[in-house]
Amino acid sequence: MAHQKPAPRPINRRQFLGETAQMLAASSLIAMGLMGYGKHSHALPATALRPPGALPEEDFLGACIRCGLCVRSCPYNTLKLAQVGDDIATGTPYFIARDVPCEMCEDIPCIPACPTHALNHDLKKIDQAKMGLAQITDQSACIAFLGLRCEVCYNVCPVRGKAITLERQHNARSGKHALFIPVLHFDACTGCGKCEEACILEEAAIKVLPIALAKGKMQAHYKVGWQEKQQAGQALVTPDVEHQFNLPSGKRYDYYGEGLVDTPEEIAPPFANNPLDSLNQKQEP
Amino acid sequence: MANPAKEAGLAAIRSKGWWRAHQWLFLRRFSQLLVLGLFLSGPWFGLWVIKGNLNSSLLLNTVPMTDPYILLQSLFAAMLPASTAFIGVAIVLGFYLVVGGRVYCSWVCPVNIITDAAAWLRRRFNFKGKNFSINRHVRYWLLGLTLILASLSGSLLWELVNPVSMLHRGLLFGLGLGWYVILAVFLFDWLLSKNGWCGHLCPVGAFYSLATVVARVRVSADKRAQCDDCMDCFAVCPEPQVIKSALKGADQGISPVIYAANCTNCGRCIDVCAKDVFAFQWQKFIK
Ligand code: SF4
Ligand code: SF4
Ligand code: SF4
Ligand code: SF4
Repeated sequence: MAHQKPAPRPINRRQFLGETAQMLAASSLIAMGLMGYGKHSHALPATALRPPGALPEEDFLGACIRCGLCVRSCPYNTLKLAQVGDDIATGTPYFIARDVPCEMCEDIPCIPACPTHALNHDLKKIDQAKMGLAQITDQSACIAFLGLRCEVCYNVCPVRGKAITLERQHNARSGKHALFIPVLHFDACTGCGKCEEACILEEAAIKVLPIALAKGKMQAHYKVGWQEKQQAGQALVTPDVEHQFNLPSGKRYDYYGEGLVDTPEEIAPPFANNPLDSLNQKQEP
Repeated sequence: MANPAKEAGLAAIRSKGWWRAHQWLFLRRFSQLLVLGLFLSGPWFGLWVIKGNLNSSLLLNTVPMTDPYILLQSLFAAMLPASTAFIGVAIVLGFYLVVGGRVYCSWVCPVNIITDAAAWLRRRFNFKGKNFSINRHVRYWLLGLTLILASLSGSLLWELVNPVSMLHRGLLFGLGLGWYVILAVFLFDWLLSKNGWCGHLCPVGAFYSLATVVARVRVSADKRAQCDDCMDCFAVCPEPQVIKSALKGADQGISPVIYAANCTNCGRCIDVCAKDVFAFQWQKFIK
């Protein structure tokens, strides 16, 4: 039996063009709708953090195939997949630090579980993760600023002593005590959220923010003089020439408005090399 | 004489008995629920057979399976996945190339249960309302559109609203307001358009239709000479346009095998035919 496959039904040109035009119109409408909706739902809320190793948000949204394998591999049930209506792109993984933070597993099981590169497989050390950046967002609520020794965030931080340090400051209110102020260090903080979870306040005063929100950036042409100097091994600008007064002998210049005066004996100029000394000097009666 | 759509399948039940008039439907539902059950046994009972969801999963902690369409979207968004995803796609695509792409639709996809229910309601209660008819090519346009949008936006835009992945993922991870989307698909199919979603719009189905070209498993109207024109198969088939040439093409020398890409290999035509015209058939590689 020599059976053939059915030949495709011929369609005439008019029909074809009409259909094409209709479809193009409908497609562009759908495209606009989806683009608009996408824009809205791609604005990640500040409380939602991505798993360790997640690519920057724009790339992440193209790479993550919404499979939830990272969620399933997390032993602490930290990660969730966004549901429709969540304000986070549907089906993408996130966690809320105040609810369940990332425990910073040494073997980072969520990363090898990811079948794509949405989670960067090159991240091998969890200390180098950058899920977010912690900040004291409300100094007026943090009780360390009131002079109490809380230090809970400092103590729970898995990168202890590096991401948060305690800086001693004078307690101006009591006059005789010290404040132990938690200070955050961007280079060490992984954004795990342990501190935010642990903050003893009703509403945490320390919060982990998405990097894009928290991180500032200098203009490219800003240079930090002392760093440049260290790199170059020398100053990059011609050093100031020490100003030379050419005064007649036995005269000196009075900086307080007297002008040239006679010098019976050598007096130290009022501006010392160290500006602090000058300031202190002025305070003395 | 053609039976009314409402009575499609009754003749088959009378002549073949209930079981033989429902066996493929039963097996299909069994398969759909089994797939879902294997995914759900983990989160529900801590029995991890397969993790992840239909987009990408890991069977018994070893075999990766990745949906080729979602990966294609990601590639269009200019992101290169890890090798696991490629292995996963090879496994899944290989399977569907052999058994027929749209086996995904009728044997795996959870939305199919919903749209089948809508189609059944339409038939059973002799729905008199409007049939908003849509061109069956729209799905291919949508398929193209989802890919173009992925590449324009650099993100998987379609996945924000895709009811297919949304439902399966939602059953496993929480659906949120996604229930409305699923409800909308159901109401659309029931009240507005016959087989509107799966038969006309769904880009996932369109993608898997394209993967049907070389399928080895096909439905064939081998005994088409026995056809008594009851039209029951047309009434139950979600893609009735695929039946005609195979069933009625004897005079033109057209093969009785349904080669049309949209056939979902659901086998419902086999069930409802009182004359046993249809059967699944393995296509030999060399003709
Ligand atoms: S590092 Fe561990 S705790 Fe953190 S998200 Fe990954 S698996 Fe979960
Ligand atoms: S495992 Fe990777 S692709 Fe899957 S949901 Fe997590 S980040 Fe996305
Ligand atoms: S988020 Fe908090 S606990 Fe985690 S590393 Fe940063 S400072 Fe430490
Ligand atoms: S057409 Fe789409 S929704 Fe329908 S069964 Fe196929 S994949 Fe599922």
